[in-house]
Amino acid sequence: MVQKLDYLKETTSQTAGPYVHIGLAPGAAGFSIFERELGWDIAGPDAPGERIRVEGLVIDGTGAPVKDVLLEVWQADANGVYAHPEDPRSAGVAPGFRGWGRVITNFDTGLWGFDTIRPGATPGRGRDVQAPHLNLWLVARGINIGLNTRMYFPEDAALHGADPVLRTIEQRDRVATLIATKTGPGAYRFDIRLQGQGETVFIDV
Amino acid sequence: MKPAEFYMRDRTLHPPAHHPGYKTSVPRSPRMPLLTMHQTPSEITGPTFGHNDFGPLDNDLISNFNHGGDPVGERIILHGRVLDENGRPVPNTLVEIWQANASGRYRHKKDIYLGALDPNFGGCGRTLTDSDGYYYFRTIKPGPYPWLNYVNSWRPRHIHVSVFGTSFSQRLITQLYFEGDPLIPLCPIVQTIPDPEAVQRLIAVMDLNASVPMDCLAYKFDIVLRGRRSTLFENRLEGN
Ligand SMILES: [Fe+3]
Repeated sequence: MVQKLDYLKETTSQTAGPYVHIGLAPGAAGFSIFERELGWDIAGPDAPGERIRVEGLVIDGTGAPVKDVLLEVWQADANGVYAHPEDPRSAGVAPGFRGWGRVITNFDTGLWGFDTIRPGATPGRGRDVQAPHLNLWLVARGINIGLNTRMYFPEDAALHGADPVLRTIEQRDRVATLIATKTGPGAYRFDIRLQGQGETVFIDV
Repeated sequence: MKPAEFYMRDRTLHPPAHHPGYKTSVPRSPRMPLLTMHQTPSEITGPTFGHNDFGPLDNDLISNFNHGGDPVGERIILHGRVLDENGRPVPNTLVEIWQANASGRYRHKKDIYLGALDPNFGGCGRTLTDSDGYYYFRTIKPGPYPWLNYVNSWRPRHIHVSVFGTSFSQRLITQLYFEGDPLIPLCPIVQTIPDPEAVQRLIAVMDLNASVPMDCLAYKFDIVLRGRRSTLFENRLEGN
């Protein structure tokens, strides 16, 4: 018999279900329990950079908005630095900038939105430069394992060709599914299509 | 920043996005394959949390929604460790849980099940693992509840668990079940899991030694997140 490796196996994902808000955003579920809910303030008041708002819908395979999604955002600051000890420049991140946020959809319309600052370009592997982007993760009833995707900004088109994720997408017309639309000064729209026509590119991170 | 990747996620341990037996997954599942990429600093970093983020009762669901008394139901301790695939503890990581009360009812405006709300039970808690990756909660054993997948579908007793790890690519949400529950094999959501051993690993085991006599029974549930490569050899990166 061959020798056995002693790695443990990753715990299996299960859907977040319809009541994810109770655990992760109890105020939205209709009751207040924690003094401070986590994830409502992504950038803090003092971080430098352009203040922006991002809104959108998550749309299912029938074209209907999904009204019980929970989305998390992970992003760098305006200088492209992540508030994480492994980023060598993280000591320079403004106090209060966490770079992480959590939002839920409006139960009636499915619209979600968050306020943050526009991230800077971040380093990739080797000499790669990643175009400014937001890392997104979404869970909901009917989603068996959280879906990862990214949102890029339309003004950075010149950087998109060299971005290590965007350049990997084989069907070039699908690149557009990861690029937000500018709807006004500092305002962006990013709809996520779970399935079918215009299906968003989801990433095996 | 030098990327040191996490191990590739073994997708055979996870439910496929599209599983016809779990009806809601049908319109909500991507049909195109996921995009394969090499991890970058965006994937190997993730949010950190500190004790300032929490209140003293946040991990005690028996007390954190007390409106003049304790909740009804079986008092339990839920405890375990958060480890990675290398067996190393994941310290200071955020673990959040949510659940129904002893009647199987959630404190959520969208839950209309007949089971009674409990005035003293909120149903959510959160904690940070300690330096050994250890976590614990005190709570009430949740009841099973019906849902409209098939006309007579019931969820086994379960607690929803959310874990962060040290990077955004370790992010995980799952559900834990309880040893001996006859509803586990019948549940369409459990049945989305392709590997029977993976189902077994989601079942918390009764832990008499960790119980508090005359007070709480204990259940143990360890959580495993993706492991990370150690840099035995430097990667030769593109362009270098
Ligand atoms: Fe549930």
